[in-house]
Amino acid sequence: MMARLLILFALVLAPAHALDPGEALADAALETRARALSQELRCMVCQNQSIDDSDAPLAKDLRQFVRARLLAGDSDAAIRTAVVERYGEFALFRPRIAPHTLALWAMPLLILLFGLVMAWRLVGKSARQNTSTPRQ
Amino acid sequence: MIAEFGHFVLVLALAVALVQAIAPLYLMQRDTALALPLARRAALAQFILVLLAFLALTCGFVRSDFSLAVVFANSHVAKPLIYKIAGVWGNHEGSMLLWVLIVAAYGAAYGAFSKTQDGFSARVLMVQGWLGVAFLAFLLFTSNPFARLLPAPFSGQGLTPILQDPALAAHPPLLYAGYVGFSMAYAFALAALTRKEDGQDWARRMRPWILAAWVFLTLGIALGSYWAYYELGWGGFWFWDPVENASLMPWLAGTALLHSALVAEKRDALKRWTLLLAIITFALSLSGTFLVRSGVLTSVHAFANDPERGLFILAILGLFTLAGFLLYGLRLPHLAADRPFQPVSREGLLLVNNIFLATATVTVFIGTIYPLILDALGMGKISVGAPYFNAVFAPLTIPFALLLPLGPLLNWRTGSVQKLQNKLALAAAAAALVTCGIMLTRGAASLMVVALFAAALWLLFGAGLDLAQRLTPYRTRLHKFWTLPASAFTAPLAHGGLAVMLLGILAATQWREEAVVAASPGQQINIAGVALRYDGLREVDGPNYTAEQARLTYLSGAHQGAHLYPERRFYEAERSQTTEAAITTDLTGHLYAVVGEVSGDKRVLRIWYHPYVAFIWLGAVLMALGGSFALATRLRRQI
Repeated sequence: MMARLLILFALVLAPAHALDPGEALADAALETRARALSQELRCMVCQNQSIDDSDAPLAKDLRQFVRARLLAGDSDAAIRTAVVERYGEFALFRPRIAPHTLALWAMPLLILLFGLVMAWRLVGKSARQNTSTPRQ
Repeated sequence: MIAEFGHFVLVLALAVALVQAIAPLYLMQRDTALALPLARRAALAQFILVLLAFLALTCGFVRSDFSLAVVFANSHVAKPLIYKIAGVWGNHEGSMLLWVLIVAAYGAAYGAFSKTQDGFSARVLMVQGWLGVAFLAFLLFTSNPFARLLPAPFSGQGLTPILQDPALAAHPPLLYAGYVGFSMAYAFALAALTRKEDGQDWARRMRPWILAAWVFLTLGIALGSYWAYYELGWGGFWFWDPVENASLMPWLAGTALLHSALVAEKRDALKRWTLLLAIITFALSLSGTFLVRSGVLTSVHAFANDPERGLFILAILGLFTLAGFLLYGLRLPHLAADRPFQPVSREGLLLVNNIFLATATVTVFIGTIYPLILDALGMGKISVGAPYFNAVFAPLTIPFALLLPLGPLLNWRTGSVQKLQNKLALAAAAAALVTCGIMLTRGAASLMVVALFAAALWLLFGAGLDLAQRLTPYRTRLHKFWTLPASAFTAPLAHGGLAVMLLGILAATQWREEAVVAASPGQQINIAGVALRYDGLREVDGPNYTAEQARLTYLSGAHQGAHLYPERRFYEAERSQTTEAAITTDLTGHLYAVVGEVSGDKRVLRIWYHPYVAFIWLGAVLMALGGSFALATRLRRQI
């Protein structure tokens, strides 16, 4: 039990390291895209860390894969697709908009609209009551 | 012997809590005047008994009594005293004992401070009594902190090194004081729902308690964030981890509650919503502490993934939440109607504030549980992480921050900003101007970033305008600032704090600089306009660790000649290592140095510049300060 817990801790809290020396691309624009992409890709052997934050060897492999594909001229979308083909949708920290993630993406907006409509009705009702009752 | 004493008083505390939970109900049928004194004394007795148990466990940790199972699993002789004490709540059993202690403390404090003699107060204490019963039973039946080991081992297993930190010693008590504080909101709501004859002014009586809880929770979350920032090795301050989300939800709901209770108190409106929100906030607090413990979500904070405990916890959570909702549903038709109000008024803006905060709460909730639901339905495994939350929160923040400053500037009932038109225009112009200045010097990654900067600055200047308005009557004695009323600073500090925090988040995420080099001694590294020299490594010994310490010297800039000493520490007892970043803290930015692994005959050094990152926690402290001022104002007027 304890050993398992320690492993868990080691996994989760292994001090994150980000890049190794020489990993970054020389082209600043490509490197910016690489970083943005890396932050959206999950390190598959870590707890809730992106490959940009993780020092796991697998994360490093994936970082190098992303950069190699960027150098080859691939689009961000193509790289995401390639990663999903390899590891499944679990690897994306920002789920793609699809039928099964529609509720996830639409819910915040729906809740906000619902709240505003409810508030509007509440206030509208009170405004009507206000005008119908004579002021003191 | 001390441990048996601790166990014994804990059982006594359960008995007393049962009395506190049941006896007032019986007495109220006969003579209400008898119920309250009994509940008060029971609350005080429960607190004293749990405190004794807590001290007994602390004693076990300080004396390294390894015959106690928790001490064996979480402590070590070679550990500094402060971490032996902090170790008391650095494990499941001990932290549950701390939770129970705080539940009892709130009950005793209410008994001591509440001056109103009525059945309402007795009912509040009864609900607190039931909470005491539930958690004491959980502690005694599934997580006894006083369980013995036979034969007693000679040495303990130690506390995970990264938890051996002063900030982390204070993080759980603050967080719990926040979570448990919202149990008072729950107790008030239930007391208000059961009868409407007494306790008409429940909102007024509830406010100081939720203010206190909110201040504690704000500080607790900020401290945890700051700890993660300096301890985890690269300067991230928020990870949208399930457990962080679990603490953010009650904070967001609690912030909404704080504002809606203000409307309920001052204007007799939004009362039904406030009662519902009080129940929801506490339910979120409970799940914040416990869902992560039950093993549903695996995370750093999950101490115990024991199915028996998980079930017990879910039963408590379900029972209290259901009881709250059931009572709410049954009594809703009998509640007095809310007083009407105009859309453009302080009430109206506070309602909009509540809608946004509720949306934010639901967003965090959905983002956290959506992957679990999909997985349970067999619809695939997905991840919802920081990019999702950032993508949703950024557009939500802009209208929220734009509307926020208008709230305190409007009057109750019917308001108009016409009188303030010129000043508001000035604030807007100032925000636009500063935004332009920032974009010209720094550039911006996207239109969203520009809009966020502008909104945060508008919020800041709006809070300043609010402060100026509130201080106008005291114009002549501004230089004697200690004579100014605390109430003038409450909202401006809290809202200004949010602006400062937003600016800190924007600057730190947008303008971060990074240098990763494999360096040999004497090598120069340039970052953020300063030059550093790597001087080499040496071995140093700490109280319970040995470390490799690198030295970096500033060759230029304001800190020229100063050194940085990042370390890698090896903890013998726990057989693990940590990296200790060396940080130069300026208000305008932190230089953050970490020493990494060996690379050939060189050392990997990772150095970051985090501009204005301190604003994030400074903002949180300002918010907490605003809350504390509001609390102080109220306490002076009596609870």
